[in-house]
Amino acid sequence: MDNVIMQEKPILSVRNLQKKFGQNEVLKNISTDIYKGEKVVIVGASGSGKSTFLRCLNCLEDPTGGQIIFDDVDIADRRVNINVHRQNMGMVFQQFNLFNNKTVLENIMLAPYLIHGKKFKKERKSQNKADKKLLKEAREAGNLEKYQSILERISQRNRVSYRQICKEKAMELLRRIGLEDKAKAYPSTLSGGQKQRVAIVRALAMNPKVMLFDEPTSALDPEMVGEVLNLIKEVADEGMTMVIVTHEMGFAREVGTRVIFMDEGVIAEQGTPSEVFDTPKNPRTKQFLNAVL
Amino acid sequence: MLDFIESFSKAFFVQGRWKLYLEGLGNTIIIATIAAIIGVIVGVIFAMINYLKKKTGKLKFLSAIVNIYITIVRGTPVVLQLMILYFVVFASWDNGIMIGAITFGINSSAYVAEIIRAGFESVDDGQREAGRSLGLSTWQTMRKIIIPQALKNSLPPLFNEFITLIKETAIVGYVGIMDLGKVPGMIQSRTFEYLPPLIISAVIYLGLVMLLTLALRQIEKALSKSDRNGGKK
Repeated sequence: MDNVIMQEKPILSVRNLQKKFGQNEVLKNISTDIYKGEKVVIVGASGSGKSTFLRCLNCLEDPTGGQIIFDDVDIADRRVNINVHRQNMGMVFQQFNLFNNKTVLENIMLAPYLIHGKKFKKERKSQNKADKKLLKEAREAGNLEKYQSILERISQRNRVSYRQICKEKAMELLRRIGLEDKAKAYPSTLSGGQKQRVAIVRALAMNPKVMLFDEPTSALDPEMVGEVLNLIKEVADEGMTMVIVTHEMGFAREVGTRVIFMDEGVIAEQGTPSEVFDTPKNPRTKQFLNAVL
Repeated sequence: MLDFIESFSKAFFVQGRWKLYLEGLGNTIIIATIAAIIGVIVGVIFAMINYLKKKTGKLKFLSAIVNIYITIVRGTPVVLQLMILYFVVFASWDNGIMIGAITFGINSSAYVAEIIRAGFESVDDGQREAGRSLGLSTWQTMRKIIIPQALKNSLPPLFNEFITLIKETAIVGYVGIMDLGKVPGMIQSRTFEYLPPLIISAVIYLGLVMLLTLALRQIEKALSKSDRNGGKK
């Protein structure tokens, strides 16, 4: 890990995270810091708590103890409005979870439109109001040139609706993954790989600070794994902070800047990919790697 | 044969008796429509309360009330519910048609709540999680993602409920409200012939139900556009 990065404040800080389902203790006092630009890959046997850990990070599972500090706020605190913070954390699911009742395009633009629409309209309204005041002043001063330039500015601003802006951005994301011709299709007509790529750009459409991936390729046919991993790698190369739960060890080594091996609800070992994969110290890690590699 | 035709014409045309059927049909449609609207609105709200309680653990008190309501309404005969509302609760209100509509609205809402609850449960939990993970609120997720899918999934049983409702409203004749099921009795008391008015009334019911079935099937078809291959099998 880079020393320069280490001195910064972590973007996501997990403190003594606990999660119990009834009597079953799934996460036992997990603590770790995730820094900007890091690609943290979480591996481990099934039942080790890695998916639960990831789902606790955006409180899809409510932690039963500990803190998760994101944007200087403990989002594990139930009094916090979690929606605001989830807007900055994208999540990609194993089962894609595209909205079945929406087209591909609507899937991508739904959240940005619903969440930022009100604010945008309010801002535009206040800008228009300010400009109208200037317009009045210009008219009273008899400054025709200024009057017309302000008029032009107002009409320029109001020409496109927020829906159109969202739509344009969604189309741009679809072009990026080469699926612009599927914009009006419903998710049920897409292949697994296409669904997962749409799900990734749907999360990206909110411009998140962190992306969480919960076994993004586990439900895919083998021939579609590559296209999804390539897209994740592309997003990683753009500097996105990522936490990825995966069984793809080759991918973990290639993309990860840090590998966390989880076992029975604790972090058994962590380090750079070569440290964990090539020279594992924990016997459980060795056992696991022998079984999967 | 001539006798047969004559008794039918006596039951339908003589003294403009067809107007009675028309009036009865009108009342039946009014009662069933208002009842269906009440039933769907209340039923969806109740189903939503139960769904949210199950998923978030909140609304426990409301959910308990809803469940008591559903148990009582589904566990007692609608005739008794009608008589209680007509003779006791709304005893001073002389608008029988509205009382009938409210009774069947209440009755239907309990069944609709159970139908929609099944619809909610048929929506994969991943849909809700995906909505929430993007930062949508509980209500935004419900409104844009869960409710449309839940309603679509519950359409066939919901339509069944509407069809049952139309026929079931014939019970309002018990408290003297004149609907399509009450008309034969009124005509019989003048012509003293029992079969013809019953058959005419039954045929009108049948036509109404068939029309409704046709219309509902079209709606179902139109809504299946998000299915694979646009709903074409």
